[in-house]
Amino acid sequence: MSRFKTARGKQVKAINTASLPDIVFMLLFFFMVTTVMRETELKITVRVPEATEIKKLEKKSLVSYIYIGKPHKVLQKTFGSEPRIQLNDQFATPDDIRDFITSEREQMDENDQKQMTVSLKIDRDTKMGIVTEVKQELRKASALKINYSSTKKIVDKRLLKK
Amino acid sequence: MARRETPEINAGSMADIAFLLLIFFLVATTMNIDTGISRLLPPMPEENEEQPPEIRERNVFVVLINKDDQLFVEKEIVDISKLKDLTKEFIMNPNDDPDLSEKRPETVDYFGEVMVSKGVISLRNDMGTSYGKYIAVQNELAAAVNELRNDLCMQKFGRKYDDLDPLLENENDLIEAVKKVIPMAISEAEPKVTTK
Repeated sequence: MSRFKTARGKQVKAINTASLPDIVFMLLFFFMVTTVMRETELKITVRVPEATEIKKLEKKSLVSYIYIGKPHKVLQKTFGSEPRIQLNDQFATPDDIRDFITSEREQMDENDQKQMTVSLKIDRDTKMGIVTEVKQELRKASALKINYSSTKKIVDKRLLKK
Repeated sequence: MARRETPEINAGSMADIAFLLLIFFLVATTMNIDTGISRLLPPMPEENEEQPPEIRERNVFVVLINKDDQLFVEKEIVDISKLKDLTKEFIMNPNDDPDLSEKRPETVDYFGEVMVSKGVISLRNDMGTSYGKYIAVQNELAAAVNELRNDLCMQKFGRKYDDLDPLLENENDLIEAVKKVIPMAISEAEPKVTTK
C-alpha cells in the first residue's frame, strides 16, 4: 500500500479554488496597467555604453528616441554593416532629424514642448562622426535637452580602495 | 408556469483564461527605466553674434580623444583612470598653481562670498573616436564635478548633493547654489576630420 494514501474513512475536502480567478485577475490587471508595449521595432543592434553618473529619465511622454547602430545581421545584406540612424520604424539620414523633431514636438502639449528630451540610444562601437552630425542637427532643430542613454556600471568597490 | 432553473455557468475555466492572459502580459512587460547622462547642447550661434570673449590658456583644460581612442589631457597621454583626479585638481586648484584655473570671487546664496573657478573643460574628439570611449570620458568629467559638489554639500549642509530633491523648492535652491559655486563648464568643439 502506498504510504501517501490518506487514512481510511477520513475524506480530504477539496480546497476551495473559487477565489483563484480573482487573485489571477488582480495580478493580470496589475501587469496590464504597468505594461508599456514597445512602440518601435529595432532594426539595428544597440548596446548602450556603461556609465556611473547616470540619471533616470522621468516622464516617458516627454522623451523622443533616436537610435544609432549597425543593422541587424539579417538586414545587413540590404542596408550594409555601417552604423545607421533609426527614427521610429525606419532608417533615416541626419537630414530627417529636423522633421522628426518637429513632428514629435507637435504631438506634445504646449507646456511640455520646452521640456522635451531626446534620448540618444547609440551603440558603443559607433564612431563619433555620425553622432556629432546628429548632435548638430539637434542643435539646428533646437532640441537641446539630450540624454546619452547608458546603463549603470557596477563598480567593484575592492578595486577602488587601492 | 413552472420556473425554469437557469443552469449555473461553469466558471472553472475562468482561471485558465486569466492565467493565459497573465502569462502573456508577464512576458510582454518590460519594466526597465531609461537611464543615461543628461546634457544640454549649446544653441546654434546666431549669424550676427559677436565672438565669445577669449579665454586665457590656463583656464582651459584640454581633453582630447584621438581616432585610436587615446586620451590626451593638456597634450599628454593619460590613462582614463586618472582623468577624474586631474579634472578635480584643475577645477579646485588648491595650491594656486599658475597653470591651473583662475578663480574669481562671487557672492552666492547660502555660501556668501566664495571663490569660483573660471576653468572651462574643452572636450575634443575625432570623427573616428568610438562612442563608448566618448561616453566614458564624459562620465569621468561628470564624476569629477559631482564628487566636488558632493564634498561641498557635505561640508556645508551635511548631506549629499545627489540626495537633494530638485522637486522640493528649498532643496532646489540649494542645488542651484552649489551649481554656481562649482559650475560644470564643458565646451565641445566640433571634431576635426582626420579619418574617413
